[in-house]
Amino acid sequence: MNLDFIIFIVSALLAVSGATLMITLKNPVLAVMSMIVSLVAQAVLYIQLSALFLGAVLIIVYSGAIMVLFLFVIMLLNLRGTEDLGEPSSPIKLSIKFIFGLILFVETVFIIKTGFMPGTVEVGVMAEAANGFGSVKEVSKLLFTKYLYPFELTSVLLLAAIVGAVVMSKRDDDSEDENKIEDNKEVQS
Amino acid sequence: MLEMILFASIKVVVVVAAVLTGCAYSTLLERKVVGHMQHRMGPNTAGPYGLLTPLADGLKLIFKEEIKPANIEPITYMLAPMISFVPAILTFAVIPFGKDNTFFGHDFTLVLSDLNVGVLFVFAVTSLGIYGIVLAGWSSGSKYSIMGAVRSSAQMISYEVGYGLSIVGVLIIANTLSLRELVELQMLPLWGTVSFLPNWFIFSQPLGFILFLTCAIAETNRAPFDMPEAESELVAGYHTEYSSMKFSMFFIAEYANMIAVSAVGATIFLGGWHGPFLDTMPMLSVLYFVLKVFCFMFFYIWLRATFPRFRYDQLMAFGWKVLFPLALLNTIVTAFFVIL
Repeated sequence: MNLDFIIFIVSALLAVSGATLMITLKNPVLAVMSMIVSLVAQAVLYIQLSALFLGAVLIIVYSGAIMVLFLFVIMLLNLRGTEDLGEPSSPIKLSIKFIFGLILFVETVFIIKTGFMPGTVEVGVMAEAANGFGSVKEVSKLLFTKYLYPFELTSVLLLAAIVGAVVMSKRDDDSEDENKIEDNKEVQS
Repeated sequence: MLEMILFASIKVVVVVAAVLTGCAYSTLLERKVVGHMQHRMGPNTAGPYGLLTPLADGLKLIFKEEIKPANIEPITYMLAPMISFVPAILTFAVIPFGKDNTFFGHDFTLVLSDLNVGVLFVFAVTSLGIYGIVLAGWSSGSKYSIMGAVRSSAQMISYEVGYGLSIVGVLIIANTLSLRELVELQMLPLWGTVSFLPNWFIFSQPLGFILFLTCAIAETNRAPFDMPEAESELVAGYHTEYSSMKFSMFFIAEYANMIAVSAVGATIFLGGWHGPFLDTMPMLSVLYFVLKVFCFMFFYIWLRATFPRFRYDQLMAFGWKVLFPLALLNTIVTAFFVIL
């Protein structure tokens, strides 16, 4: 029962319970908050796997920017969890969903156990993995050499999305919807 | 192991206490400085020169009646002041505030945690600070509050882009994300040649510094960018419905954020704890650091006394059409020179 294990258990529990609360809570703002908790806990897990950069980026991009936009939209629509969301799913539908979820879970466990990750992964608080794996330098090296084309193509895709959003939100009388443009610029950054 | 934990705890307590005291006295500083700039005395009744005013203010706020409006969302209403307060304090976990030292035969690093991605940590934490404001505005169930929250979420997201990009130039030059290494780099002579000036990044990145300063003021919601609490339009913006200690937590958080941003600015652009005569008296480094932070704080207050508030659309246009392109340009030019 060392410190790493305790940190792992706590953050894993937080991540899972945050995700569960996110889909079960009626109140949209509380749902967003639990998703943020889940994301931050996931960042801790990344950091434990010595992927410091990924952990930081997860917080900066998802918790810091995208979730704020979710909140922004929820506030603009003034949703308070009292809205009628329609009939709850019937038991048959629910059980089908549950079965498919279970299958997915088993598949994931099977794949992790057999295929992708042979051997053990060193887990530790800020553990230094071999050859600086997960450090900013190594991640950027991969991004700008091996994965250069996918990386640049993604940015072009995002750019296209931004331009599309601007075009769609532009009205005939030239009074463009400022918020829309700003929202989408954020996605790229 | 036990000794390490003890040392770390002492450091944490000292830093947090220092930051909270700094917050309290920043309010006095602000009232005094603005007072003198407006040809008034400022607070001067509690204690000599009004030095006990923050204490009196704090006591008053604790004993005030707490009024809860009827249509609040109780959970988020209660959480919001804490959420805005915690990230502000967390920033200080990675800021180096003095030269490494030896006390009673122990090596003593004057930084709580020397992360090798300290800069990223700072930005991650800063980006979480917004939730306090947004949740406060949303859960208060008041028009003014929600207007303040909507404004602040748009504003902080917009300016965060410029805020992040403004220091990319420095990072390209320095080739590190560790705040300790950034400070150490700034101790060298300027550009390796000018021996009488330190290599502070404000000299090689003047545009980056100005952008950082502007965006930092917008990030901390201070005048002239204090749209979320524009009192002439929104009463008090996001904290209209708060009273007593909950209100004062927002107040402390605002000042803690200011100090945090000042500390980051001082570390990245003004050489952190670097200054003359450090070889003979290492403890001077803490003083230098505090002085630099003080300069930033004074600048904040000075701005507040000088400029009127921006209009909201001007604020957004300024962020996206001026600061963002300038920050991009700064990044590209710096990268170009570094490659050369």
